[in-house]
Amino acid sequence: MKFDSPAGENLFDRATVIGQPIHRIDGPLKVTGHAPYAYERHAVVEGQVYGYPVGAGIAKGRILAIDTTAAEAAPGVLGIVTTLEHDPIEGVFDYDPVRHFGGDEVLHYHQAIAVVVAETFEQARAAANRLGIEYERDDSAAFDLAATPEAAGETDTAPAQTVGDFESAFASAAVTLDETYTTPAESHAMMEPHATIAAWDGDSVTLWTSNQMIAWGRGSIAKAFDVPAENVRLDSPYIGGGFGVKLFVRSDAIMAGLAARKVGRPVKVALPRPMIANNTTHRGETIQRIRIGADADGRITAIGHHNATNALTTAGGENSTLPTVAFYAAANRLVVNDPARMDLPNSNAMRAPGETAGLMAFEVAMDEMAEKLGMDPVELRILNDTQVDPGNPDIPFSDRHYVECLNRGAEAFGWSSRNSAPGATRDGVWLIGHGVAGAYRPAPVLASGARVVLTPDGRLRIESDMTDIGTGSYTVMAQTAAEVMGLSVADVSIGLGDSDFPVSAGSGGQWGAASATAGVYAACVALRQAIAERLDMAEGDLTFENGMVRTGNTSVPLGEVGGGTDLVGEDAIEFGAFRSQEVLVATFGAHFVEVGVHAHTGEIRVRRMLAVCDAGRILNPMTARSQVIGAMTMGVGAAIMEEMAVDHRYGFFVNHDLAGYEVPVHFDIPSQDVIFLETADAYSTPLKAKGVGELGLCGVSAAVANAITNATGVRVRNYPVTLDKLLSGLPAA
Amino acid sequence: MRAFSYERATSPQGAARALAATEGAKFIAGGTNLLDLMKLEIETPTHLVDVNDLGLDTIEDSADGGLRIGAMVRNTDLAAHARVRRDYAVLTRALVAGASGQLRNKATTAGNLLQRTRCPYFYDTNMPCNKRAPGSGCAAIDGYSRQLGIIGTSEACIATHPSDMAVAMRALDASVETVNADGDTRTMPLADLHRLPGDTPENETTLEPGEMITAVTLPPAIGGRHFYHKVRDRSSYAFALVSVAAVVQADGTGRVALGGVAPKPWRREEAEAALPDGAAAAMAAILDGATPTDDNAFKVTLAERTLTAVLAQAQE
Repeated sequence: MKFDSPAGENLFDRATVIGQPIHRIDGPLKVTGHAPYAYERHAVVEGQVYGYPVGAGIAKGRILAIDTTAAEAAPGVLGIVTTLEHDPIEGVFDYDPVRHFGGDEVLHYHQAIAVVVAETFEQARAAANRLGIEYERDDSAAFDLAATPEAAGETDTAPAQTVGDFESAFASAAVTLDETYTTPAESHAMMEPHATIAAWDGDSVTLWTSNQMIAWGRGSIAKAFDVPAENVRLDSPYIGGGFGVKLFVRSDAIMAGLAARKVGRPVKVALPRPMIANNTTHRGETIQRIRIGADADGRITAIGHHNATNALTTAGGENSTLPTVAFYAAANRLVVNDPARMDLPNSNAMRAPGETAGLMAFEVAMDEMAEKLGMDPVELRILNDTQVDPGNPDIPFSDRHYVECLNRGAEAFGWSSRNSAPGATRDGVWLIGHGVAGAYRPAPVLASGARVVLTPDGRLRIESDMTDIGTGSYTVMAQTAAEVMGLSVADVSIGLGDSDFPVSAGSGGQWGAASATAGVYAACVALRQAIAERLDMAEGDLTFENGMVRTGNTSVPLGEVGGGTDLVGEDAIEFGAFRSQEVLVATFGAHFVEVGVHAHTGEIRVRRMLAVCDAGRILNPMTARSQVIGAMTMGVGAAIMEEMAVDHRYGFFVNHDLAGYEVPVHFDIPSQDVIFLETADAYSTPLKAKGVGELGLCGVSAAVANAITNATGVRVRNYPVTLDKLLSGLPAA
Repeated sequence: MRAFSYERATSPQGAARALAATEGAKFIAGGTNLLDLMKLEIETPTHLVDVNDLGLDTIEDSADGGLRIGAMVRNTDLAAHARVRRDYAVLTRALVAGASGQLRNKATTAGNLLQRTRCPYFYDTNMPCNKRAPGSGCAAIDGYSRQLGIIGTSEACIATHPSDMAVAMRALDASVETVNADGDTRTMPLADLHRLPGDTPENETTLEPGEMITAVTLPPAIGGRHFYHKVRDRSSYAFALVSVAAVVQADGTGRVALGGVAPKPWRREEAEAALPDGAAAAMAAILDGATPTDDNAFKVTLAERTLTAVLAQAQE
């Protein structure tokens, strides 16, 4: 099915199943431990043994030798694969061209350099510690972003956006801001580590793994092991969080495959927690110079944004300028993204890549501008809204309700009673502050396929390689099929994450739900046509409701149409160029936060949070809300505690476990409210839906930071805003 | 984890004897720290002597009106004990500020005292660390040291002792009872249990080889208002940046011990005379001679401000 013009009125507008707050259908399996994650899939293949990975102990250099004698002699050991016995396996996917394994070069700390296979996990781990590894360290490495020419703005990297004449507009603006903000490297810190069981059968390999993008992963594995893609099967039905770190296959899958081939047994490998920080990917560190010029009334005339970020490969870095090009109006703009080639592990996508770090800085800059202008920060944002692409005013936003997000939020939050004077509101020993920030994130989609099978018992089965990374894919896809076929969700079963199923959009970039539900719709339309053919009717004359297909006064139970055999519909949604060429399709939001800051110690406690989201049709308000409050929680972490600390001498993230890398605990998260605007974006998908999982994170941290400034009068431009950065500026207690 | 042998001791002296009998043996109680260290091969005991079944899990009134806490009393049980809550509230508050419910259910009184630092460089075996590998150097001093010590440290090591419980016990003038393989017992002030690192940071306590802690004793209750203010970046389940255990009397006198700043629970009794003069004076004396790094210099200010908060609360 080609989506080549905006959706008209259609069956989704009735929203009898879609749009309903249905509990997630995989929920009972998950809360009762019956949804096995990759490492726990003991039943999928006989004879599983354990591979324990070893990461490089230096950040840059060469491996001179690996002595395996003692490890080979250790109890239970079945085999050892070292990096020295393989050519480099790298560049297996364009968006992630890292080296996974192989060769004697060490490119970053904890690069995978060996895997030891044994009968038990404990034996493998103990033997892995017996490897004798000899390194030659290269001291020429670059680990400090602040020391790079990119951070100093000394490169001549081509701008990502130039509109008008930024420099002269900025120079002549009545009110200006020129500040530098930093955001640290962040870890995805998902609960389920990377894990894979690999088993070979001749030249074919199956990987039971944890991966967001099955078709990408299948291609990568085929390339890594030099086998045809059809010889590779990936299966990933349950995923314990991804946040982007599982978009691409990682070294667990590579090592499991290599080890399984070497020992001739199925091998399972999980990355130990410390290797997740330094072996895989992270959100890159950023140093952002932001310049904003406005006239005295607050109309922004000039926006400048320069971003420096760490990248080990050409596909690395956190491009914090992504939202800047389109979020606010300004006739003069200069936007530069300038990744610095560094020897830290490669940075890559983490939930709302670009927007997260970008809005952490830009939405603080907006707060500072409001302060300079003596304006309310909500008003400033409303004044500078745009309904067209600021870089190309001929291109409108398809459906943008940012102003309504701000207004609805301000009203619901009680913004008008906020004290704009910083450091002036107290509740006992707590300094109270309120902050606002805007949210912006594009609404990309990818082609997405599915197969639906109507069985004689009247039930429908959906098959797709779409993944559910905790987001609710199972549920919204079942709702879509139920809506189209006139069934209830209980009549629908669904299998996901298997590369034997039709290729879907997968999960990433908040494209998953919008794309995959459109794919299910396409497959269901194909099934409806098959049914119509079977009944020798025109599809348009049929009504599907309550498990029946009806025409005129005649109703037939759906299950009987096939006459005892299955009826199958298979198709994919493909998105036409109009969607990306004629309009900007994006999502919008506003975050409002109240914090308390301890007047003596500077301890920060978020007290209440509100998000207002404009993301088109909400497919399921319950799972969507879960996405948004989870994202808000992640935003609190980024605002006040999360930082992967870089050791600039040894070149690694030091706090590489969940004791050292703090994420919010329950007690950090107060009452959270989410309001979804009732919008529907006809340019987005047939369901008029857009993603929401990343939108929820955009701007949250800035709202927290702005609230802290309102509470204390201290402006911190270096995230995370920890108490040590507040102490010297707190008002007298 | 290296392979090890295991035995379950049946008496305190038997445990001490078992330990002395095997080179490289260690006691295991709750295992909440030791097992992690064994998995990382930072600790590589050849033999474990399980001390959970020695009957050391009771809390009793002592003859002098104080309290005797068995070495194997779990943190949860100690925190919930009626007399602890009534007479030694600072201890309950410190205990529940530490770890998580699951860990406190398992962690023991003596094990808590003998847990090891959480310095990240101690935990990464690729890094130099004088505590883990004596003579290899300290990666932390010029590295990521935000969490680490500011006083009592040395040029060889700036690790902190991570316990909350021990900080409160230090403020309460606790003592430690031990037994050795010969059955000799002794009692020492908790203040004397932990060593400062000097140039041998691997030696963390004054216990003799094989000597086992059997109890912690608290002197009779001293009244006053009890506070444990633990400051950290998140609201729970994190080690202290700075913690203040304080017992403040109505006349403004009192006791103060600090956590998160030193290789042992940090208290200077002589500095407490300045307490009625306010937090600034008292903390200046308590932290006199501090040598923070650039990363953790804020702890000096934070300690003073935390004590200010506690004293303000004491006056409410």
